[in-house]
Amino acid sequence: MFVDFFYHLRGYGLKVTITEWLSLMRALAIGHSRADLHVFYNLARCLMVKREADFDNYDRAFASFFMGVENHFDISDELLEWLSKPELPRELTDEERAKLEALDLDELRERFKELLDEQKERHDGGNRWIGTGGMSPFGHGGEHPTGVRIGGAGGGRSAVQVATDRRFRNLRSDRILDTRQIGLALRRLRKLDKDEGPEELDIDETIDSSARNAGEIDLVFRPPKRNRIKLLLLIDVGGSMDPHTLLCERLFSAAHKANHFKKFEFKFFHNCVYENLYTDISRWKGEPTSRILKRLDHTWSVCLVGDAWMSPYELTHTGGAIDYYHTNQVTGLDWLRKFRDRCPNSIWLNPEPRRIWNAPTIHLIRQVFPMFELTIDGLTEGIDVLRGIRPNRALAA
Amino acid sequence: MSFHAFSGTDTYLASPELRDSVNVASALEKPLLVRGEPGTGKTVLAEAIAENLVMPLLTWNIKSTSKAQEGLYVYDTVQRLNDARFGDKDITDISQYIKYGPLGQSFLTDQRVVLLIDEIDKADMEFPNDLLHELDRMSFFVHETGKQHSAQFRPIVVITSNNEKELPDAFLRRCVFHYIAFPDKAEMEDIIRVHHPDVEAELLRQVLLRFYWLRDLPELRKKPSTSELIDWIAALRRGGVSTESIESELPFLGVLMKRENDLEAVMAAHRRGRVN
Repeated sequence: MFVDFFYHLRGYGLKVTITEWLSLMRALAIGHSRADLHVFYNLARCLMVKREADFDNYDRAFASFFMGVENHFDISDELLEWLSKPELPRELTDEERAKLEALDLDELRERFKELLDEQKERHDGGNRWIGTGGMSPFGHGGEHPTGVRIGGAGGGRSAVQVATDRRFRNLRSDRILDTRQIGLALRRLRKLDKDEGPEELDIDETIDSSARNAGEIDLVFRPPKRNRIKLLLLIDVGGSMDPHTLLCERLFSAAHKANHFKKFEFKFFHNCVYENLYTDISRWKGEPTSRILKRLDHTWSVCLVGDAWMSPYELTHTGGAIDYYHTNQVTGLDWLRKFRDRCPNSIWLNPEPRRIWNAPTIHLIRQVFPMFELTIDGLTEGIDVLRGIRPNRALAA
Repeated sequence: MSFHAFSGTDTYLASPELRDSVNVASALEKPLLVRGEPGTGKTVLAEAIAENLVMPLLTWNIKSTSKAQEGLYVYDTVQRLNDARFGDKDITDISQYIKYGPLGQSFLTDQRVVLLIDEIDKADMEFPNDLLHELDRMSFFVHETGKQHSAQFRPIVVITSNNEKELPDAFLRRCVFHYIAFPDKAEMEDIIRVHHPDVEAELLRQVLLRFYWLRDLPELRKKPSTSELIDWIAALRRGGVSTESIESELPFLGVLMKRENDLEAVMAAHRRGRVN
């Protein structure tokens, strides 16, 4: 039963691990069960669900699992049965196996039996803690001496009823790639280098040198080490990029917050790079691309983000820009090549999956920039190219 | 029962759910991670546990520059260098220059203590991962002296987070998690009466109605918190706004909402007449 519950939670998309599940078994065995489904509801949640955004999923999983059986479900019987014949979820990792070995099941079983006996002696017949099937005073509405209500659970309502209230619905957040993950990946984007600027006191060297100097203090200074990455982020917005807006926003905010770059600039473009790049696309407020190019040199890296999905003539023809009043003299592809020539250490991140990358314009752009998927793995690979620890290879023409 | 039972204090009313979470964390010797919006009493919880279980409280306030190592110990090389220079002190005993941080202290005491690690999400993203080993084993190694220190009495660790940054999975797996829900209307009334003891009942009723309506709007990026509500009431009272106009106009909304997008969203929803 408990193992079923574990899989049931996983089935609802909760990332419950066996380590956490074993913690629950331990907590039950040392007396936290109290045979009350209310208590079990909270106990299982605080040990296995670690984000309030997942509480709603937990409520749905809990309600559907215990619906109908709540009155017959006896936690102590179930636990005793499990402890005497421990069935384990499959697919243990090494770490989990170690945890399991650390958890002495025999000892837990003994402890739990003692606890049961103790309770039977103390509350003959009255069974306050064990085997009362949800009638324990704990966790019910009016019981608390100070009269505090339990988050919405009125007196006498069952744990399943409380779970079906779905009180945490508003806390859901269905995320794909979150800012933290992007931030972590971007953090790897650093090349440390000696920098100009005021020197810093090197404590370790000072101590070594002073010691060699028979205790006479010899201060050692060194130039500070700084990240020398200069990054220009160019993001495609609007049109076919609309479905990816949230993802791009996250990438943007993570990059913006990363304060470890030597220089960081961002610009937006629409569909493809042409004469102008924008700081605010809704007001067409921007800067001539040629002026931006002049500022850049080979020490800069350019990271372009876009689906590279357009009509071929928008990329390869003069006057092919998607906005009809805009007649470009230089083709989009040539603008991209200019960036590549100016800053050879550049990449393209594509939010579209790799399987559609043989589309004509994507294929052409891949001959200019090495392209990576905008996923955690793709981002990490791309960053390794920018750091120079993975070969920078565009497709052969 | 083999575990200490936390039951709340006179001034800190803990819900049964919260009491259970605290007691489970204490019994399983796992850190208790407490999350919730600002003003829901996360930090005070550690004080209440310490008071209730009669244990000393150690506090480690996390800042953006905090390092995991500082929580364990710092080797004060500068002091030693200074002492060495004047030769009037014996500097051969390195241990006198080891200054223990709150986490280190909590492992070294001769009784069980409550350790509060406050606002862990303020620190660097890798910070929680750097603490994993020490929190698991409740022991640490001082390289300078070559000594291993293990906790005789495992502290009750309470960690608070405002959710500014996502915490790493490996860290979350090791915690007991409790989410303190935002106060409901009745609880909020009590809180407001602490700050505005003489507030008119009708004003309070109207304000709470609007406030909870606002918080329920799905399009808001940042929901207004308790402190903003208290400020709003102060503004409404000082501005002499009538209770009717609170309903029709939502005056001084800028006190509640700090983002332009949110402000627009609220005004749009208000026009749609979703106030009922």
